[in-house]
This record gives sequence, C-alpha cells and structure tokens, in this order.
Amino acid sequence: MKLNRIAAVAFAALMAAGPALAELVVPSLSYRTGPYAPNGIPYADGFADYFTLLNERDGGIGGVKVRVLECETGYNTEKGVECYESTKGEGALVYHPLSTGITYQLIPKTLVDHIPVHSMGYGRTSAADGRIFKWVFNFPGTYWDAASIIVKHIKDQEGGDLNGKKLALLYHNSAYGKEPIRTLQELAKKHGYELTLLPVDHPGQEQKSQWLQIRRERPDYVIMWGWGVMNQVAIQEAANIRFPMDHFIGVWWSGSENDVLPAGDGADGYKAIAFHPPGTDAPLFADIKKYVLDAGKAAGDGSHFGEVLYNRGMYAAITVAEAIRTAQQMNNVKEITPTMMRDGLENLVIDAKRWEEIGWPGNPEIHVTCANHGGPGLGAIQQWDAKTKTWSLITPFMEADREVVDALIAEDAAAFAKENNITPRECK
Amino acid sequence: MFYREVGDFKTSYAEDQQTFPIAFDRWRYYVVIAVAFLVIPFIINDYWEKSVLLPFLVFSIAAIGLNILTGYCGQVSLGTGGFMAVGAYACYKLMTGFPELNIFFVVILSGFVTAAVGMVFGLPSLRIKGFYLAVATLAAQFFLVWLFNKVPWFYNYSASGQINAPERTVFGIAVTGAASPSWATYLFCLVFVFALAWAARNMTRGPLGRKWMAIRDMDIAAEIIGVSPLSTKLTAFAVSSFFIGIAGALYFSVWFGAVEVTEAFGINQSFRVLFMVILGGLGSIFGSFAGAAFLVLLPVFLKNVMVGALGWSTAIAANLELVIVGGLIVFFLIAEPHGLAALWRTAKEKLRLWPFPY
Repeated sequence: MKLNRIAAVAFAALMAAGPALAELVVPSLSYRTGPYAPNGIPYADGFADYFTLLNERDGGIGGVKVRVLECETGYNTEKGVECYESTKGEGALVYHPLSTGITYQLIPKTLVDHIPVHSMGYGRTSAADGRIFKWVFNFPGTYWDAASIIVKHIKDQEGGDLNGKKLALLYHNSAYGKEPIRTLQELAKKHGYELTLLPVDHPGQEQKSQWLQIRRERPDYVIMWGWGVMNQVAIQEAANIRFPMDHFIGVWWSGSENDVLPAGDGADGYKAIAFHPPGTDAPLFADIKKYVLDAGKAAGDGSHFGEVLYNRGMYAAITVAEAIRTAQQMNNVKEITPTMMRDGLENLVIDAKRWEEIGWPGNPEIHVTCANHGGPGLGAIQQWDAKTKTWSLITPFMEADREVVDALIAEDAAAFAKENNITPRECK
Repeated sequence: MFYREVGDFKTSYAEDQQTFPIAFDRWRYYVVIAVAFLVIPFIINDYWEKSVLLPFLVFSIAAIGLNILTGYCGQVSLGTGGFMAVGAYACYKLMTGFPELNIFFVVILSGFVTAAVGMVFGLPSLRIKGFYLAVATLAAQFFLVWLFNKVPWFYNYSASGQINAPERTVFGIAVTGAASPSWATYLFCLVFVFALAWAARNMTRGPLGRKWMAIRDMDIAAEIIGVSPLSTKLTAFAVSSFFIGIAGALYFSVWFGAVEVTEAFGINQSFRVLFMVILGGLGSIFGSFAGAAFLVLLPVFLKNVMVGALGWSTAIAANLELVIVGGLIVFFLIAEPHGLAALWRTAKEKLRLWPFPY
C-alpha cells in the first residue's frame, strides 16, 4: 500500500510534465533484453538511427524534428501494453509493436484510441484487408505471403513438382509461429506435399526432440518461423545433424547475421525470405555512416550497422517517415495527428523513383490502398555465405500465391468483422 | 497514542472477535475502502488502469488464492499459472458459448470450473508432501498449458491460437473489450477483490481455516484430533483454485482482452505468484496484497523513475530493474523471513506503545 502511494506521487509528477514542443513522436517498442534481444537490438538501432539521420541531415521531416520514444517490452505482452499506455498520451503517431502478441493486443485498441498500428511483415495477417482493419497496416508483406513464396521457391528448386515431398514447419509455439500453418495446409492440398508441424516452446533453447524427429522423418525441406535465440539454436542443431542447409528456409524474421554466425561454417547455404535487399551498398548507408555513426549519435554501439535486421529497422523507419511526409502534404500542415498519419499510411506510395531519392534502390515498390493494407506482398530468397559472412539475394522478388492467400485473408477478416460488429468500409 | 486497545470497550462476543479490534485500524480500513470505491474511479486514467491498478487487483486475488493453499494449508503449489489458464479458458468458452450470460456470472463460473480442476490435481496431495507435491503441481502447470495449446476446441479453432474477449457489459456498461471505460473495469475487478478478500479473511478465521492450519502445522496430529486430511486438503485446493481461476478470468477478459497461453500463463507466472506470497507473508491476507503490490508495482515504478525521470537508456533500466527487484527480494527475505506482513505486525506492535515504549 505504501509503495502504491509513493508510486502515485511519482506518476502524477511524470504525468504533469508532458512536453508541448513541436515534434513528431514515434514510439519504438523495442527489446534490448531477454531471449529475443539478439534480434531486437539491431532492429531498434536501425529504427532510431534512420530518424537521427533525418534530424541531422534534413532537420527532421518537413522541418519538424522527430522524437523516437523508446520503450523496452522484452517481447513480453504485459510490458508491451504498459509501454503502449505510457506512450500513447505523448502524441504517438504510429505503433510498430515488433511482436505479434502485442499486435493482437493493440488491434482492438486502435478502434477506440485511433492511433494506427503498423505491424510490418508480422501480426495478424488478415489486417491486410483495409476494409475491415481500418487502423492496422501490415505491408509490405504478410506471413501468408511469405509462406506461399517459400513454397514457390521450394517448388522451383524441385523442378515444379511437390507431389509426395515432405515439408516440416519448425515454429515458435505462439500466435506468431502458428500464423503460417493454415496457409501451408491449404498449399499442401494444392501441391500435394506432406506437412509436419514441429512447435518449439518459448524461449526456444530446447529443440533436441524436434531435431530428433527431423532426423527420423527426414523431411525434404524444413521451414522455420523462429525468433530470438530459437533461430540460433535451430541453425546450430541443423548443422549438427548435417541437414542440407539449402533445404532449410526461414521466414524474414529468421534470417539475420545474429542467427547464422554462431553456427559458423555449418550455417553456410542457409536460406531465408526477405522483403528488402541485404547489405550496405546503397547510398543511404553512406549517409547513415557519415551523419550518425561517425558523428557518435548511433542508438546502439554501431556494431550492428548493415545487418539484415538493422536494415529492417531502417526500412520500418522509412515507411513511417514517408507516411508522415505524405500526411503533411495531404493536409498541408507540418504537425500531424494520428488520424492524419493513418491517412498518410493508407495513401503511401514509394515507387522506384522515390526509393532512389531515399537512397536505397532495389526495394520493391509500395502502393498502399484503402482496401489493401498488406502491400505488394513480394519476397525474395536470400542465402548465407559463411566464408564471406554475407547474405545475398539469389532470386528476384516474387509474388505470393494470391489465389490461396487472398481467400484466406477474406475469410479471417470476415471472422474478425463478425466478432467485433464491424461493417466493412466502402473502398473506391 | 491513537493506536491502542485501551478505552475501546467491547460489549459483545461479536465485537470482541472482529477482524480489526482496534478502532484506529477499523477506521483506516473504512477509509481505504472508501477511497478505493468512491475516489479512485473518478481520477483513474488508462495508464493507471492497465499498468498499475488492474495488475495489482488481479494478482492480489491470485496471491490470496495461493496463500490459502500454501500459507494456510501448507501445500506447496507451482501450478498457479496453469490454474489461471483454466480460469481464462473457461471464461472464454463460457463467454463465446453463452453470449447472453452476464460476464459477472461467467467469471464466477470460471472460478468453479477451476476449483474442480484444482481438486483433481490436488488428489496427489493426500499421498505426497513438500517438494514432491511441488513437482506434482508443476506437472499440472505444464500439462494444462500444453493442453490449451494442443486442443483447438479451447481456442475456438482460431488461426493464431489466441483467445480474444468479446465485449460484455454489466448494467449496460462495457467491462471487457477495448471500448470499456477505465473506471468500469477497475470497479468490476475491485468488487471481486473486495468480496473475495472478505470471504478469505472470514474463512481462515472460521472452522475451515483452523482445519487448514492444523493440517499445515502437523498433519498427523491433526488427523488424531479428528481433522480429515481428505476433505481439508481438497477444500484448500478447491477454494484456492477458485480464487486463482477468477484471477485468471479477470486477467484474460478484463485486463488484457487477448491472451496467449504459453506467454501469459507459463511457469514464470506460477513463480511470480509464489514469490508474492512468500515475500508478502505466508498465511496472511494483508501479506497477499503487500506481495502483489511489491512485485507488480515496483518494476513499473522503477521503470518510470529510471527511463521517465532520469532519462536512462531503456536497456540499462530494464536490466537494472531486474537487479534491484532481485536484490530487494533477497534483502527482505534475510531481514524479514516472514514477509512484509511480519514487518507490518512489528510496526503495529511498536505503534501500540508509541510514544512511550518501555
């Protein structure tokens, strides 16, 4: 009771001291601690560093500085909700929860609080249906797109026929990992492969029994939906049983340097899907180096610069910045509200020319529309080279099996609409 | 001076046996209740609701529940998370299966479902004790979480395995779902906390509680004087699970609205509630509240001080928070092995003599 009172005083003081400066507030729900930190740190660094670059080089967006409000969630839903509640009052424009569990918490809240959520390539897949999920975005691709593109790649590798092949899905036993199951099952019906499901419990360090099963059943391919230490352990285990690495394909959250480096040469040839190119060749990275890293303004220690997830964080920041810019132009104001931000996200266009201007050519174009919040849904396969310690794209960006994916999205979105009494919006 | 028995004359047995025999204590209690019911609902906001008050209330119920089993009846349990999951999933199935049923009764029914499950898992306690029982309840924890993950019927075959609470109302005001006002969810939980804490306090003072304590102190002696171990241990499991089930139901439906079993009701949750009970004080209702407050509010408070007020990096703050909370747990257990409730008791003893201690 006593602590309660002390806390009350402290909280009241904090509440009273809210800032009223002209700025754009972008919360970053990050995790730099816990079993998911190896993946959370590079992402958070990239996200923050891009905004530092905009502030340093361009003086913000449209002349208004961006303030990144970082809050540690530890990939934990309870803490994530605490972060959401504590930052939403500060004028937060958009949330990138970086956790499917937290995204599920925030989706119903968007309807009440009117702050958009952008679960970029994660979260609830059916949020791609903008007619029903007005406030939620998940471009540039969904898990179901990813699953179908991975299957497509496997099919290409197998010469166009998957009949009688055995695929195993090694997944994080959570809402995140379960997301692709339905799609893979539907695709199994279509292509005639056999699917084995291998759940791995949080945090994912215990995988002996799963890999024993893989050794016994000898699937032709293993697809992985992992995150955090689970990725490293899985790749190490695969190397231990000498599983052919080019037959082991991860989702875009299971393919960064941190995941493959611990396995050393054993990880050579491991593949993962990606929705943006790896590496630091683009001119944007030179700017980051010049204005942020060399100026000593990096969010982290700078050691993750150019890693896949660092780039992913930058990619997320770019979508936020471009949406803010779009919202500013649409409303002809400098300071925008979360509602304007939502309109900005919905009308976001990043074409090849704009990617060139941003300094990161080679990314697929983004055209968000009222009906389609899931974006282009393109993915390419990247492969790890353990000798040079680099990822490189080995396929062009491919399209998902829209026929299967769109039907599933429509079905799941309709279920959400029914549960929450939402009438789908009319989209022109 | 103010805190004393002297001059407070009791004229009936009922008065003599009341929970708060000292007038000052009684008034303090009325004031706390009045503030909780009449003041806080008017000043509450979303942050306070979701990050401070609901966590405190929900975990208080869970801690009281575990305290009945572990503190009063002496049966160590590591299955709290699993039983909370039973409450949450019972609540979900009842909410979706009987949409017209009032959420108030849904929560109570979830408690009864959990009580039944708890009794089944309490059966081994008749044969095994101490650490062995802890291991048996640990099995319940893992089995229940596995069950809710494995059988799609429990989560209505949703693609993600998550359960989502639909909107439900009490007197026309939403208490579950995103649109529910803060004061409504707070009051809804507070009513449960008040009623359950009151029931627990009186149960532990009555014949049932005395039987539990007899079993805790020495089960063979208790059996010899006529206390039936079967009924006593099973009632302890039932009542305790009822409380924990209600905590789980409120955790899912009112506090979060969407829950995933592995994360929300894992072994971590069991340990957390057990630490609350040990830290707060075994065999004390006040201790349950104190323990819940300590473990729920302190991290939030530290985070706000370190990140909000001092502007430190979030990673340092998060790690330091673990160090501080862990250090304080060790400190309190060394300085006061009987928990915060014992400190409170000592403080009251001292207050009786103040300002003239002899």
